Amino acid sequence: MGWDRNQMAARAAQELQDGWYVNLGIGIPTLVANYIPEGIEVTLQSENGMLGMGPFPFEGEEDADLINAGKQTITELPKTAYFDSAQSFAMIRGGKIAMAILGAMEVAENGDLANWMIPGKLVKGMGGAMDLVAGVQRVVVVMDHTSKHGESKVLKQCTLPLTGKGVVNRIVTNLGVLDVVPGGLRIVECADGVTEDEIRAATEATIVA
Amino acid sequence: MKKVYDSASAALDGLLFDGMLIAAGGFGLCGIPELLIQAIRDAGTRDLTIASNNAGVDGFGLGVLLETRQVKKMISSYVGENAEFMRQYLSGELELEFNPQGTLAERMRAGGAGIPGFYTKTGVGTVIAEGKEHKEFDGETYILERGIVADLSIVKAWKADPSGNLVFRKTARNFNPPAATCGKVCVVEVEEIVPLGSLEPDSIHLPGIYVHRLIQGQHEKRIEQRTVRKRA
Repeated sequence: MGWDRNQMAARAAQELQDGWYVNLGIGIPTLVANYIPEGIEVTLQSENGMLGMGPFPFEGEEDADLINAGKQTITELPKTAYFDSAQSFAMIRGGKIAMAILGAMEVAENGDLANWMIPGKLVKGMGGAMDLVAGVQRVVVVMDHTSKHGESKVLKQCTLPLTGKGVVNRIVTNLGVLDVVPGGLRIVECADGVTEDEIRAATEATIVA
Repeated sequence: MKKVYDSASAALDGLLFDGMLIAAGGFGLCGIPELLIQAIRDAGTRDLTIASNNAGVDGFGLGVLLETRQVKKMISSYVGENAEFMRQYLSGELELEFNPQGTLAERMRAGGAGIPGFYTKTGVGTVIAEGKEHKEFDGETYILERGIVADLSIVKAWKADPSGNLVFRKTARNFNPPAATCGKVCVVEVEEIVPLGSLEPDSIHLPGIYVHRLIQGQHEKRIEQRTVRKRA
């Protein structure tokens, strides 16, 4: 029931519009690049200093000087431009990036996002996520609806330290698509074979009609 | 004044002292000043505070200074790739100041440009904002972040001319230019020092005014996540 990782990425790719500059986070969001719809041209930004990110290299063509924000080897395109980290975050902070698609540990009905640490357990850091959610025009989160233990990750209030407050616009999960609206979340779409009632049952956050 | 030195240790001679603040370029293991890091390890300078986006990996990059316990504090945005870092941090041996990546880059840029602080939306409503001045501009809340001025910058570039003009290569540019500008002294390692006049003046990424000392050397340039696709 519902969408797998690739189907979630494919659904998130439907959010892209022609001409947009977009930043894709690590994990499922990286897969979105494989599903950019026909006829839509987007330019991918990598916050370590690149616009126009190309696919992974063929074996033997890896270049240590050419990586994405997940530190993976990548390639350039004819339209590629490189720049330093201050310039990279100036374009993020300046609102030039149309959309960021990011992973999440928790998201709340007021648009709060938590995706950078679990106190006492996981201390990796926020990387560029706090800058992205504060600066880009639209934030789409791609995540599993519930934890391995079946607990909802779509909450009334986040329990983990926040990445940003009131920053999420749309949530794509394995169960469907929800928008952050005044008063709570609105169901936009159900995943294949999933009903609205099943989404409600898996969601702690307030669902509004 | 001659900027070119024979070795990393010669270029750092007289610049290192215990308790100093060092700004380092690099993103992950890409574009890191690996030769200067090794020379700082050999010099044994202690109680370092290092502003760097990442902390290297076990045994390479800034990881070698963590192994020798020369680092007192890291100012970084992401440290997830280093087990020794995590061990020292969780046991309280190492201080860590998390900075959002763009805030860290701008802190360096601002410090190098004589700007003591700037306001940003990044981190508002999170632990990053705690204890910082909040100010409203046009109905939006921002927090005050400080520029960084380091005692020393260590930087990796691709090519330099003897006057210190620098050219970087692909995504190895990353934090190197902002880190270079924010140091009271900046030491740069390059893959090649080319003759004066052979760099196109319109294509110089960082002018030599920011560069005080320069070395040429062999770089390992380790790849952290080798990812490839199949040929069709």
